[in-house]
Amino acid sequence: MSEGNDLAAVAARMRGTLVELSQLRSTAHLGGCLSCVDILVALYWRALNVSPERAGDPGRDRLILSKGHAAMSIYASLAMRGFIDEDELWTMHTPGSRLPEQPSPGSIPGLEAATGSLGHGLPIGVGQAIAARVQRHDYRVFVVMSDGECEEGSVWEAAMFAGARKLERLMVVVDYNKWQATGRSQEIMALDPLADKFEAFGWSAYRVDGHDLDALVEVVTNLPDGSGKPVAVIADTVKGKGVSFMEDDNNWHYRIPTEDEVAAAHRELGLVPS
Amino acid sequence: MRNAFADELTKLAGEDERVILLSGDIGNRLFDRFRELVPDRFLNCGVAEQNMTGMAAGLAMCGLRPVTYTITPFVTTRCLEQIRVDVCYHELPVTIVAVGAGLSYASLGVTHHANEDIAFLRALPGMSVVCPGDAHEVRAALRAAVSHDGPVYIRIGKKNEPLVHEGVPEEFRIGTAISVREGTDVTLLATGTVLPMVLEAGDLLAAEGISARVVSFHTVKPLDEELLADAFGSHKVVATVEEHSLIGGFGSAVAEWLADRPRVSGAQLVRVGVGDWYLHEAGGQSYARERYGLTAENIATRVRAAVLEPAVSD
Repeated sequence: MSEGNDLAAVAARMRGTLVELSQLRSTAHLGGCLSCVDILVALYWRALNVSPERAGDPGRDRLILSKGHAAMSIYASLAMRGFIDEDELWTMHTPGSRLPEQPSPGSIPGLEAATGSLGHGLPIGVGQAIAARVQRHDYRVFVVMSDGECEEGSVWEAAMFAGARKLERLMVVVDYNKWQATGRSQEIMALDPLADKFEAFGWSAYRVDGHDLDALVEVVTNLPDGSGKPVAVIADTVKGKGVSFMEDDNNWHYRIPTEDEVAAAHRELGLVPS
Repeated sequence: MRNAFADELTKLAGEDERVILLSGDIGNRLFDRFRELVPDRFLNCGVAEQNMTGMAAGLAMCGLRPVTYTITPFVTTRCLEQIRVDVCYHELPVTIVAVGAGLSYASLGVTHHANEDIAFLRALPGMSVVCPGDAHEVRAALRAAVSHDGPVYIRIGKKNEPLVHEGVPEEFRIGTAISVREGTDVTLLATGTVLPMVLEAGDLLAAEGISARVVSFHTVKPLDEELLADAFGSHKVVATVEEHSLIGGFGSAVAEWLADRPRVSGAQLVRVGVGDWYLHEAGGQSYARERYGLTAENIATRVRAAVLEPAVSD
């Protein structure tokens, strides 16, 4: 059985890679990387019509990881899907590497947009969805955002426009881990009810357990969803998911694990070296 | 200038199926012919310039040639972050067209004045900054921008500006200034909407026996270095004139260029532009220009004083 048939195994291996990469390369934002792993696995392994052989195909589906600080997780996804060599991952955040701490444009195949400043991915994705209409393509556009990111006004400008234009081949997945850099997102800005907000802007909205791979696959493969509207998926997630001592502990927005912590995390993830 | 822009863009859209217009809820009736010709390539993006600019980047990533358009502050500084990150960092062929250069919308107040945009946009790597001097140059600049493989900022006036050229200048190239009048004593470099005023200043100087070469220095970035070297090498005074702040604009760009080339000449640089203050009272463009000293008379006075002033080295 190839790895792609067991999404839980893919997700566990990706988490193990992220924890180790964070430690080896002193790269922060591990908590927010771990929270979106299952979302990315569902998208890259089940929903997206993409492949390394046709990374520049005008008809390919697009995915923009708008929460650029989770760059490690999209690098790992693209490496594990064969867009770059998995060995290259370990060059991340070293001088001259193609893999900076936040993605650079056109740096590696499969990376659709450079992000890092929040609230940019959705407008770009809306543009790509409009381009598909103008150029008579039937590809779809997926944008993965963080919850804190939804505080940016540009997100709602884009949401309002996409709603008006009924961009039914556009999907947003919000990695709703309830934390932002320095606190609880709901205490800092009144984000809730997030699904209702998207619905009010003319979107079709779903709320899903962001760590239930079957549920995620079901919702992200259903685009267009038949409503004639763009689709927002509010995925309830846990920051630091998969490693007990990182889960829902916002220190891991910035903390770098020790070697011992990496070993402990790998044991929990069932990745004990043979 | 805006009518020339809309007309030329409509022609371009008919010739090139990559051309797509994003308007920030402006130009009532202005784009009727464009919409009629290519309805699916006209996007009224509403009052949401950040999204408009990010969308333009997304469209360009897919091979289209987007043109964003609204009043200057809203299509530049309001969405500067998107211009920087989405457009320039990605090196995308997006053309940003700003209507209402400088004090064109003086009567609408400082929110609609545009005296800082060149400074912001020319600091962005890869961005070309073009300020056409009349409606003919607007057409040429737009055509050049849409075929340019990178971001271009075009700053146009509003309406009824005097024409300087007899027709669309065939020789128009981004980065190559156009001499519109020859002269032997001083060089007057005009960028954008002030070109007719600078020609008038040339007339005033001529009446006093000072022969002025007048140049439409339509591209602020990249600078036409050849022309600058020639001007500073052959004339005693070189003046820059712009409807923009003296901080960071055209005159600043020329001063930077000159500072890096101390031996280029002994010519004196005179910079005429908008001062470092906001205009609080009511008044139209000619009133506002006068308040900032942006008049043919003042240009001529400044240049004459520089010509008469003994050089420091004498």
